[in-house]
Amino acid sequence: MPDHGFHEFTLDDIEALAVGAWVLGTGGGGSPYLGLLNMRQLYAQGHRVQLMPPEALADDDLVAVVSNMGAPLVGQERLTDSANIARAVTLMEEYLGREFRAVMSVEIGGNNGIQPLMAAAHLGKPVVDADAMGRAYPEAQMTSFAVGDLQPWPLTLVDPRGVEGIVAKVPTWKWMERLSRKMCVETGSTAATCKAPRTGAEVKRWGIPNTTTQAMALGRAIRLAQREHRDPIQAILDAEDGRMLFRGKVTDLARRTTEGFLRGTTTLEGLDEWRGHGFALAFQNEWAVGWLDGVARVMTPDLICVLDSVTGEAIGTETLRYGQRVTVIALRAPAVFLTPRGLDFVGPRAFGYDLDFVSVFAA
Amino acid sequence: MRRRIGIDVGGTNTDAVLIEGDRVLRAIKTPTTADVMSGVLAALAGIAPSVGTEGVQAVMIGTTHFVNAVVQRRELARVGALRLGLPVARSLPPFCDWPADLAAIVRGAVHLVEGGHDYDGRPIMPLDERGVAVAARAMRAEGLASVAICGIFSPLDASMEERAAEILRQEMPDVAITLSRDLGRIGLLERENVALLNACLTPLARHTVAAFEAALREAGIAAPLFVTQNDGTVIRAELAARFPVLSFASGPTNSMRGAAFLTGVKDALVVDVGGTTSDVGALRHGFPREANAVVEVGGVRTLFRMPDLFSFGLGGGSLVREAAGRVSIGPQSVGFRLPQLARIFGGPELTTSDIAVAAGMLALGDAARVAEITPAQIAAVLAEAARMLTESVDRMKTDAAPVPLLAVGGGAFLVPDSLPGISAVMRPANAAVANAVGAAIAQVSGEADQVFQGLTRTEAMAEAERIARARALEAGADAATLVLVDIEDLPIAYLPGGALRVRARVVGEIAA
Repeated sequence: MPDHGFHEFTLDDIEALAVGAWVLGTGGGGSPYLGLLNMRQLYAQGHRVQLMPPEALADDDLVAVVSNMGAPLVGQERLTDSANIARAVTLMEEYLGREFRAVMSVEIGGNNGIQPLMAAAHLGKPVVDADAMGRAYPEAQMTSFAVGDLQPWPLTLVDPRGVEGIVAKVPTWKWMERLSRKMCVETGSTAATCKAPRTGAEVKRWGIPNTTTQAMALGRAIRLAQREHRDPIQAILDAEDGRMLFRGKVTDLARRTTEGFLRGTTTLEGLDEWRGHGFALAFQNEWAVGWLDGVARVMTPDLICVLDSVTGEAIGTETLRYGQRVTVIALRAPAVFLTPRGLDFVGPRAFGYDLDFVSVFAA
Repeated sequence: MRRRIGIDVGGTNTDAVLIEGDRVLRAIKTPTTADVMSGVLAALAGIAPSVGTEGVQAVMIGTTHFVNAVVQRRELARVGALRLGLPVARSLPPFCDWPADLAAIVRGAVHLVEGGHDYDGRPIMPLDERGVAVAARAMRAEGLASVAICGIFSPLDASMEERAAEILRQEMPDVAITLSRDLGRIGLLERENVALLNACLTPLARHTVAAFEAALREAGIAAPLFVTQNDGTVIRAELAARFPVLSFASGPTNSMRGAAFLTGVKDALVVDVGGTTSDVGALRHGFPREANAVVEVGGVRTLFRMPDLFSFGLGGGSLVREAAGRVSIGPQSVGFRLPQLARIFGGPELTTSDIAVAAGMLALGDAARVAEITPAQIAAVLAEAARMLTESVDRMKTDAAPVPLLAVGGGAFLVPDSLPGISAVMRPANAAVANAVGAAIAQVSGEADQVFQGLTRTEAMAEAERIARARALEAGADAATLVLVDIEDLPIAYLPGGALRVRARVVGEIAA
C-alpha cells in the first residue's frame, strides 16, 4: 500500500502493544496475551497488518469500530477467536451494504487493543491509530464518540454458536449499552461486536489519536526496563508521567460476574513505606475508585493501574489473587473526559459513586 | 521424640538427612544415579545404619526429577489432548503456545469437541459424546497411553471432563487420564498446559515413585512415603505418582525452608549455590516469597504458585575462562561430571571448585594439581563470583535496608563473607543438605473445594476454611501453626440461592 504514513506492524510491535495495552487496560479489557497468540498464528500463516494514521482517512471513509464485549473472567476461559471479530465486521458490511476502509478499536486497553488487528488480518484492511477511550471502560456510552454525541447505532454481535444479532436503532448510547449488554449476557457474557460505524471525519474529530503508537511505546519502555534490570514500574511512571499511590498485599477479594460485567472489591494491606495503611479498590471490569485508609484517593477517569510489584506487569481484575504483592499507580486521563460533559459519561457518578471527581494530578 | 527422613533427589546429588525434633542427627550427600533407586538406597544406607530406622515417622522426598525432565526434554511421553468447548476458542487449540521443540516431543493427537460450560453453569454445547469416542479411537490407533482432558469452565463444573474420561476408558482401558479440574483454576490455556505437562510426565512419575518405594522397602523402612510439593507441603506418594506437576518447584522451596530451619532466621534472602546454577529467593516469615504472575516451566505458560526465584549461572562446577584479561564464570558447567573433568581430579577443565581448592577454601580432590594457579588469578575469579552474587541478590531485594543472606548448597563456598546490601552472610551447619532438611520438615495441608448454597459470601468462606482446617488436622497438622494460604470464591450465577464455589487451603507444621 503506497499511502504515506502507513506502518506495517512487526511481530515485535505487536508484542510491545500487548504489554502496553495491558497497562492501559486499568485492570479490564482482558489480557492481550490471547490476542497476541492469535496474531502470532495469523502472522505465521502469512497475514500482515498495516497501521494507518487517522489523518490518512478521507472524510467520507467508513471505519469499523470493534471490540470484544463481556466480563474479563469469562475471557480467561472462552478464549478470544480471531474469526469471530472478523465476522462481526463482515456482518456489519452485509447489513450496511457498504465496505469499510479500515478497522479501529473502541478501546486501546486490554485485549481490545489487539482485536482490530485480528479482524484486519482476516479482512486485509488497515488498523487506524486511534481509539475512543484511551484506556478501557466497561460500558458502550463511556467513549469519546458518546461525549461527541455521535450516532450510537447500529451494532452487530457474534457468538460462534451461530448467533448473530443486529441492534438496528436506539435513541441513546445508554440504550445501546442496555440492549447489547442483554444480548451479550445471553451468549455467555462474551461476544464479538462491531459498534456504530464512524466516518473518517468523525474519527479525526472525536477519536483519541495515536493510542496504538502510545501503547507500543509504553510496552517497549517496560520491556527495556525489564531487560536492563531497571524498575519497570518507574519506567511506566516516567513514560506516562504517572503517580505512585500504594504498595501492598492482597488480603481480600470479592468478585461477581453479574449483568455481563465482572464486579467486586479488593483490599490491600500496606508494605514497605505503606505498612500500617490499607487501600481498597472497587471495580466494574476496570478499577473505578481507590480509597486510602477509607478516604477516596483516586477515581475514574484517572487511569488506575495495579501492577506486580516486582515485574511491573499489569494485573487484571480477573487475575488478581489472594496474597499477591502489588503496586497501585495512576496515569493521566484523555482530555476529552475531563470536561463536565466527559465526566457525566465516565466520572465517579457514572459508576454509582457519590464523589466529585478530583484528579490525583490536580495537586 | 519422633524422627523423619528427608531426601532430596537433585540432578547431580541425592542428599538425605535424619531429623529428630529440631536436630539434624545425620546427613549425607551421594551422587544421583540414572535409575534413581540405587542413589536413594545409597543415601538411606548412609544415614540409617548408625542410628537405626526405629521410630521413623515419615520419609519425605523432594525431587527436581520431573521439572528437569521438562526443561531437558527427556523421558516425556507423547500425549493426546482432548478439549471440550467447541465451537468456542477454535483458533487457539491445545499446544498453541508451547515451544516448538517441546511440542514436537509431546504433541500427539489433538481433538476439540463440542462441550464446556459458560460462567453461569449453563453448557456452551451438550457434550459431543460421539466425538469423544471418535477421538478415543484415534488416540488408541496412535498408541497413546496418556491423555489430558480440559473443558471450558471445568473448575466450575467438572461433569463433562468426568464423562469424557469414562468414554475414553471404555475405548482405551489402560490409558492414563489427567483431568484439568484436578490441577488448575480459571484460565483455560494455562490449566490445559498444566494438564498436558502432567500427562506427559505420568509414565516417568509412576516409574520414579515406584523406585522410591522400592528403595525404602529394600532399606527396611516401613514408614509412609510422602513427596514434597511446590508450596512446601507434602502429598502421599501415590498421589504424587498421578500428579507429578505438583512437585515441580519443590527443590528451591525445600532449600529455602531448610535454610530458615537451620538458621532460625525467618526473614532473609537465600542463595542456593548448586553445581551449575545458583538460585536466589526471599524468605518472609519462614516461607518463600511467591512469584505473582504466570510462571513458565520449560517455556510453557502455567499458573502455578512458585517461589519467586532468580537463577544465574554460578555453581561449583562452572567453567572459569579468561579472555583479554577478563575472567568469566559459567554458564557452562561440568555438572555431575566434576569428578572426571575438574583439574583437582586430573581432568582438563578449570572450574570454580579448582579455584576454591587452590585458595584453601575447599578440601576436595588433589590440591597439588592446582598449585600453579596464582593468587592474582584466584582473586580475580572470586571477585567475579562476588560481582555475580551482588547483582543477583540486589535484584531480589524489595527495599534498601540491609538483610541477612543465608548461603546454602554444595557450592556455597563461593559466597564471600560480606556483600553490599547484606547485613550478614550466614552459613548454617549442614548447609550443603538444606534441601533435604527442607523436605524433612515439610508441612501438611488441608483443602476444601465445594459449592455452598444459601450462605453469605463471608459465611461460605468461613465454612470452607473450617473444613480445610479439619482436614489438615486429620492429616497430622499442629492446630496452632495452621495458616490460610489461599482462598478463592467463584459465584455460580446459574444455580439458585447465591451458589458459590469456594476453594480454601491451609498449611501447618506436622504435630510433634
